[in-house]
Amino acid sequence: MSAIKGDGVSQSAAFRRGIRESRSDRIFLGLTYLILTVVLIIALYPLVYILSSSISSPAAVASGRVWLWPVEISFDGYRAVFQNDQVLMGYANSLFYAVFGTLISVSLTIMIAYPLSKKTFFGRGPLMIFITFTMLFSGGLIPTYLVVKELGMIDTRWALLIPNAIWVWQVIIARTFFQSSIPDELSEAAEIDGCSDMRFITSVIIPLSKPIIAVLSLMYAVGQWNAYFDALIYLKTQSLYPLQLILRSVLILGNGSSVDAADMIKQQQLAELMKYSLIVVASLPVLIIYPFVQRYFVQGMLIGSVKG
Amino acid sequence: MIQTKYKLFLLVVPFMVFTFIFAYLPLWGWLYAFVDYRAGRSIFEMDYVGFKWFSMLVYSEQQIYEILRVLKNTLGISFLSLLFSFLPMAFAILLYEIRSIRMRKIVQTLTTIPHFISWVLVYSVVFSLLAVDSGVVNNLLIDLGLIQKPINFLASSDHIWLKMVGLEIWKGLGWGAILYLAAINGISQDLYEAARIDGAGRFRCVWHITIPGLLPTFFVLLLLAVANMINTGMDQFFVFSNAMNKSSIEVLDLYTYNIGLLKGNFSLATVISILKTIVSLTLLFSVNRLSKTLRGESIF
Repeated sequence: MSAIKGDGVSQSAAFRRGIRESRSDRIFLGLTYLILTVVLIIALYPLVYILSSSISSPAAVASGRVWLWPVEISFDGYRAVFQNDQVLMGYANSLFYAVFGTLISVSLTIMIAYPLSKKTFFGRGPLMIFITFTMLFSGGLIPTYLVVKELGMIDTRWALLIPNAIWVWQVIIARTFFQSSIPDELSEAAEIDGCSDMRFITSVIIPLSKPIIAVLSLMYAVGQWNAYFDALIYLKTQSLYPLQLILRSVLILGNGSSVDAADMIKQQQLAELMKYSLIVVASLPVLIIYPFVQRYFVQGMLIGSVKG
Repeated sequence: MIQTKYKLFLLVVPFMVFTFIFAYLPLWGWLYAFVDYRAGRSIFEMDYVGFKWFSMLVYSEQQIYEILRVLKNTLGISFLSLLFSFLPMAFAILLYEIRSIRMRKIVQTLTTIPHFISWVLVYSVVFSLLAVDSGVVNNLLIDLGLIQKPINFLASSDHIWLKMVGLEIWKGLGWGAILYLAAINGISQDLYEAARIDGAGRFRCVWHITIPGLLPTFFVLLLLAVANMINTGMDQFFVFSNAMNKSSIEVLDLYTYNIGLLKGNFSLATVISILKTIVSLTLLFSVNRLSKTLRGESIF
């Protein structure tokens, strides 16, 4: 399917080139490239600046000499980051939340999306209403907080893994994917051959669903990695904090936890030193995964987002 | 046969339990809006106060002023971001004009990166770029002679809505374009070929084929955004709020948090959540009706 589409695109590109471009075409194209270049610069400059600053000497950064390329290369910031217990712990916690949270979320999402995609599934209609209702009505901050509290999840790792485990939007994307890319004939054939539903899921559905599993995993993992609000309201013990919350206290609040003035200054200098490298280190996992998932991504989104 | 159906149903059970607990049970908590909340007691032991907390919202002039201020921030920011909601579409169209598919992919991937950076980190990045002492932006502005003294951009409420929406665009432009790229792929190539043969240039192709082809997608997203105007979320505003800009950045979601979890007024915060749900439902259904009348097609 996609191969055919790809051919069509390149053919028409050749076709477009075949017709002589007029002057207005060239002006339009020039403007397009100009705007895209500007957008690219705006999108990337802040990131390049942070990357350069992170490997420059703190003195050069503080005096404003770094604006694009690194000045006086130094890895002190990274050294400080990897020697900071608080940061390392946050990192480990975030990895834990991202891995297990994604595992829980993706399994649950597929478990609900697949039956929903089957037209013969008993109770499909009521279940859809059950789900849609949650999109329209939500209890809100305090009632949800109280439910989590009643369940005794406050200040436990479960509070970050369970309450927000399923995003309805993901369920709908996955359902649409199953509906449109796994033909009914396949399950009928399997059924005639005596294949059970469970067997069908593990040996047919899962292998065919790589794109959507990749997309779901990426979205859930990024969501977990970047979230801080649930941790902020549900967690009290610092050893459970995810990285984002640690970052918030180091980078934003300037870490005012210490009362001692000399200590404060030391903390601030450390924060100043670590700042850029911390930003790089914290966004690294997500940025490393993304390009690998991206090819599935457009594919999965394309199919998953069609209305139906 | 019956057994396999039964097994399939078993798959659904965990989801239903989760959803029931975390999406339906909190609705029971709406009752807190009608009582005097006291920690550690069951709801049946709390005093029933009727609509006291609802009237509390408009109890004093100061309170009315507060609510209006928060609503103004919420709607103001949402409205600004609606104004710029055509940008991802425009970006996708321009992206599609790149002839080399490889280049197009590279540009698309690079501009999507900001979407994956958390708000906490976005704040830190912006903070360093806008730093008062020798931040890049202030240095540049001073060198160009546009300002005399460095400006503390983040610690003032000037144009704070615009700054917030700007950041939202920075973060979401490439991401938002993905959906439109998908939609452009769905437009038949025959249309372009026919138009080219008839002598239409690149611009006219975009104007007469691509844009009309994307408008349905744009409208659906726009209407959904309108329905969500009141739900701005708070991840972004929470990290950017400080004592100097608080009065112009405090959106409804942030206000609920401040009232409920910081000041501990659970009942009042619940009232706000209830009203919020009612407003967004009303918006959603009016928008759907509007869509039906205008385009003869409902959005859901």
